[in-house]
Amino acid sequence: MRKKWWKIACVILLVYTFIGGFLFDVPALRQLQETIRNLYFHVCMWMVMMTLFIISVIYSIKYLRSGNYLHDIYAVCYARVGILFGILGYITGAIWASYTWADPNNPGYASFGSILREPKLIGAAMALLIYFAYFVLRSSVLDIDKRARTGAVYNIFAFAMLFPSIWIVPRLLPSLHPGQQGNPGLDFRDLDNRMRMVYYPAIIGWTLLGVWIATLQVRLKKIQDKTLLHA
Amino acid sequence: MNSFSHIITLLKKDLLLELRQQYTFYGILLYVTSTIFVLFLSMESPEAATWTGLFWMIQLFICVNAVAKSFLQESRGRMLYFYSIAGPIHFIVAKLLYNLVLMLLLNLLSLFLFMALMGDPTIHTLQFIGISCLGGIGLSVVFTLLAAIASKAQQQASLMAILGFPIIIPQLLLLMRVSKTAFAEVFKAGAVSETILLLIALDALVVVLSIILFPFLWKD
Repeated sequence: MRKKWWKIACVILLVYTFIGGFLFDVPALRQLQETIRNLYFHVCMWMVMMTLFIISVIYSIKYLRSGNYLHDIYAVCYARVGILFGILGYITGAIWASYTWADPNNPGYASFGSILREPKLIGAAMALLIYFAYFVLRSSVLDIDKRARTGAVYNIFAFAMLFPSIWIVPRLLPSLHPGQQGNPGLDFRDLDNRMRMVYYPAIIGWTLLGVWIATLQVRLKKIQDKTLLHA
Repeated sequence: MNSFSHIITLLKKDLLLELRQQYTFYGILLYVTSTIFVLFLSMESPEAATWTGLFWMIQLFICVNAVAKSFLQESRGRMLYFYSIAGPIHFIVAKLLYNLVLMLLLNLLSLFLFMALMGDPTIHTLQFIGISCLGGIGLSVVFTLLAAIASKAQQQASLMAILGFPIIIPQLLLLMRVSKTAFAEVFKAGAVSETILLLIALDALVVVLSIILFPFLWKD
């Protein structure tokens, strides 16, 4: 991954996202108005978070298969950056909600309780709680090998439980969130064509940024644990 | 047949241990009784929605306490001994079965106490008993693997709750929803059996994952 081109692509795509996201024309919806531009930031945060968590789980599986400590480093770093993006997703979501659901003048107004009961918020809270627990678990095992193994097992188990629930919970509870009918994740049939022009590049750009940060963390950790890796 | 007898032997050992060291079992019984009694004193005959909510929360805490000890009671030396006489899959299956039996027992007991003390708002009582058994099974299998994970760490008891609660949310939501059928709430045709099938599928998923993942925890 030491090639340069994807980092350059990441910067270009994100610059385009910011310019296009703030300046291009967007459809004016009754409840959303200009806040719809947050789509390029808020939704992308969650996508990046899930992507990074998926990568983390893949490395956990690889670790269990190989016992290579390097794979454990990858799993941890990707999970850590995933949490960062999850928190950013919450922050951008809160900003968005404060102009829509939480605004009494807005037709989409909803009480604080019903916002917190949102299936998507529950799913996101579950994902973050699981990965916080993952780090608590890791820090409470002292032996390095055992820590890596226990962490990997929990990572795989929790992720395998998280996925069906992200699919189940939205079907159980009523939701304010858009895109609720059918697949709760990706339903862009109703997305305006003008927005697609920015939205898809934005997803790729943010994902590349997430991977970039994670690879930097991995490199740092590799230097820190040099003695362990080459022992 | 051989692995089957291994599992039976391990299960028998756990049950025998339970019968001989009765203080652990009675400890949990006392925990169940006193929790429900405190609840009874703090609120009298709650509404159906509150009643089910409280019931499932109590089940969750009973499960964490009951299942936690199944791995915590095994000392390092004893685990080494099991390591030499049995395979990891036998061991985890025996633990799953044992916890399942224990949880079903506690489940029925707490349901009885709940109905006796807190009033009985259920209309289809038999249905609710069935659902609560299903819930007990689901809780016990999830927390068995988590107990195995937590037993590798320090501060095991509190870790169980941290690890388990986010994972158990969807199951609890499903259970609370399907519980409503026992209060004569009308569902869409087929929705109840669908939810129950989903719960069973989740349990099966957890069992399969336990069998796949436990061998990695086993080697110390």
